[in-house]
Amino acid sequence: MSKTQKKSSPILYGTLPKVLTGIVGLDEITEGGLPQGRPTLICGEAGCGKTLMSLEFIVRGAVQYNEPGVFVAFEEKSDELAMNVASLGFDLKKLQDQKKLKIDHVHIDRSEIEETGEYDLEGLFIRLGYAIDSIGAKRVVLDTLENLFSGLNNQAVLRMELRRLFGWLKEKGVTAIITGERGEGNSLTRQGLEEYVSDCVILLDNRVVNQITTRRLRVIKYRGTVHGTNEYPFLIDEDGISVLPVTSLKMANKVSTERISTGVKGLDDMLGGKGLYRGGSVLVSGTAGTGKTSLAASFANETCNRKEKCVYFAMEESPSQIIRNMRSIGIDLQKHIDKELLIFNASRPNLYGLEMHLVAMHKCIRKYKPSVVIIDPITNFINIGSVSDVKNMLVRMIDFLQEEGISVMFTALSLNTIVNEQTDEGVSSLVDAWILVRDIEFNGERNRGLYVMKSRGMKHSNQVREFVITNTGLTLVDVYLGPDGILTGSAREQQMLVEKTGEAIHSSAVNRKDREILRKRKVLEAKIASLHSEFESVEEELNKVYLEEELKKQILDRNREEVTRLRRGETAETTKKHPKNDGKANR
Amino acid sequence: MADQDGVLDRYDNNTAGEPYVLRLFITGASPNSIRAVENIKSICDEYLKDRYQLEIIDIHQQPQLAEGEDVIAVPLMIKKSPYPERRMIGDMSDTQRVLKGLGLATNS
Repeated sequence: MSKTQKKSSPILYGTLPKVLTGIVGLDEITEGGLPQGRPTLICGEAGCGKTLMSLEFIVRGAVQYNEPGVFVAFEEKSDELAMNVASLGFDLKKLQDQKKLKIDHVHIDRSEIEETGEYDLEGLFIRLGYAIDSIGAKRVVLDTLENLFSGLNNQAVLRMELRRLFGWLKEKGVTAIITGERGEGNSLTRQGLEEYVSDCVILLDNRVVNQITTRRLRVIKYRGTVHGTNEYPFLIDEDGISVLPVTSLKMANKVSTERISTGVKGLDDMLGGKGLYRGGSVLVSGTAGTGKTSLAASFANETCNRKEKCVYFAMEESPSQIIRNMRSIGIDLQKHIDKELLIFNASRPNLYGLEMHLVAMHKCIRKYKPSVVIIDPITNFINIGSVSDVKNMLVRMIDFLQEEGISVMFTALSLNTIVNEQTDEGVSSLVDAWILVRDIEFNGERNRGLYVMKSRGMKHSNQVREFVITNTGLTLVDVYLGPDGILTGSAREQQMLVEKTGEAIHSSAVNRKDREILRKRKVLEAKIASLHSEFESVEEELNKVYLEEELKKQILDRNREEVTRLRRGETAETTKKHPKNDGKANR
Repeated sequence: MADQDGVLDRYDNNTAGEPYVLRLFITGASPNSIRAVENIKSICDEYLKDRYQLEIIDIHQQPQLAEGEDVIAVPLMIKKSPYPERRMIGDMSDTQRVLKGLGLATNS
């Protein structure tokens, strides 16, 4: 509530002071509340919440803004009113005792009254004036003023007096709400009250479409200020009225570059290795029994493990059913619920209209402020609205969540496996990431395949991965490319075995060859060694021959010299004069 | 049964002698109020001589009474007694209607 206040206060335009109603959402639509010191007309058919809205205006004024209020009831008695709103937590008796609220019941019964001439409504003015002055009221509600017309005959007097009443209320400076029944045809009220109250007119509506009722609100006119012009659905529940002002599809949301894990490692790897962007939206679609809820639950589990809050809107299964089922795959959600990190909100789609679902979710999200929201599944919404309605609602949902920086995961059941380009809800174009889980039927068995159809702003895998649900959670098996294409399930296991065997055989063959080479090498090395020694011996042999030749030559030379000397007749003494020859001989 | 008899008795006695208790709510000295006071006085004097009590209340002076008696349109006259209680609004200028409200109309 206080957030609403802060948000809308800077929008106030100096010329027209406004009064916060305190009704969730209404202050946003009117950009600050109702015109201060002026009357506002709330009109609508029976049972659309006029009385409640005006009473909430008074009570919230008294409780939250310290502005006492007077409620003039032309229809219900004070006790009846108190009883009607006690269920909303409004203690009218206490407020009356504290002099913050005054309820004045005006009873007019035509049968009891005889009109005997000229009259005016001064009595009402005096009563109202007295009531206002006695508690210093700033807010006044007249519910339903038109009852005067059924009680009194003189229309001319009534109209004149009403005109005077509105002037008088303005003079008093009270912010007033006048309620009026919707008239026949196009008129807003039966008695044309809208011509007296020209500052602000709010129309409430209660429409039944496909047996589902939705209350809507529209600001028809608000002089001197901008305001939301659409029809806004509103919800009446134990906290009073909440209006949903989702119109601002401005597309000016902040985006985060932070990445969060999906809780399935393999999937994170497929999404660029880091998972989803925080504040992004992801759609998980697939045929029945492909593990969409399991994926959603593991995302929730991961979120809670990070000590962040997660709201899980279960549209098909009850919370206890989900908890039980998820326990079988090793995900314990109960402990997160105990720590109040995980909040389940289970409701059947048919419970109320689309808009009401939106309002209810909106409210729940506002209340718990989670960082992750899961809606499982969105498929059944199609039962309560057309495709475009559902899409519209989800656009607004996504828009709101993005504005709040909340990540969201939708699951959707695709009924037809052939048409996988489009989900039934037509949201595939809206979401940031789209993960498809599907059956792969092959070789007499069904396996789950998962792939990322799109993922904005990140590099993602284009592979179909086999998705296995085990006792300990979800895993993605690596892409297994056999000789005949992608293999899954037992075919994959078999192929893996075959290949393993082949590998073993192959590796033993390699070993054998290695050994042979080694042996050959040894043989060759031995041969080389023997050749080497052979060479050495040959070399030695050659050397020996050479030396012998040399010796032989020396000896021959000496012998020749000897012979020569002898021939010349020289003695052995002369030979000593030729040392050169000696040296040569020695060598 | 006894109660019903009582009611019937009172009806029977309407013209007989039970005093009329009338309460007239006016707003200060507005023209309607002044006319109403004059008119009712003359009617009472003519038809209910000496068997009526007329209380005139200015709700400007006593606004809290306006709520208690559920006053909206003024002038308002409430016939408290005899039973049944009747309310008449206006300046009492339509004598026939006033008499009807007082239960004195002769239907002729």
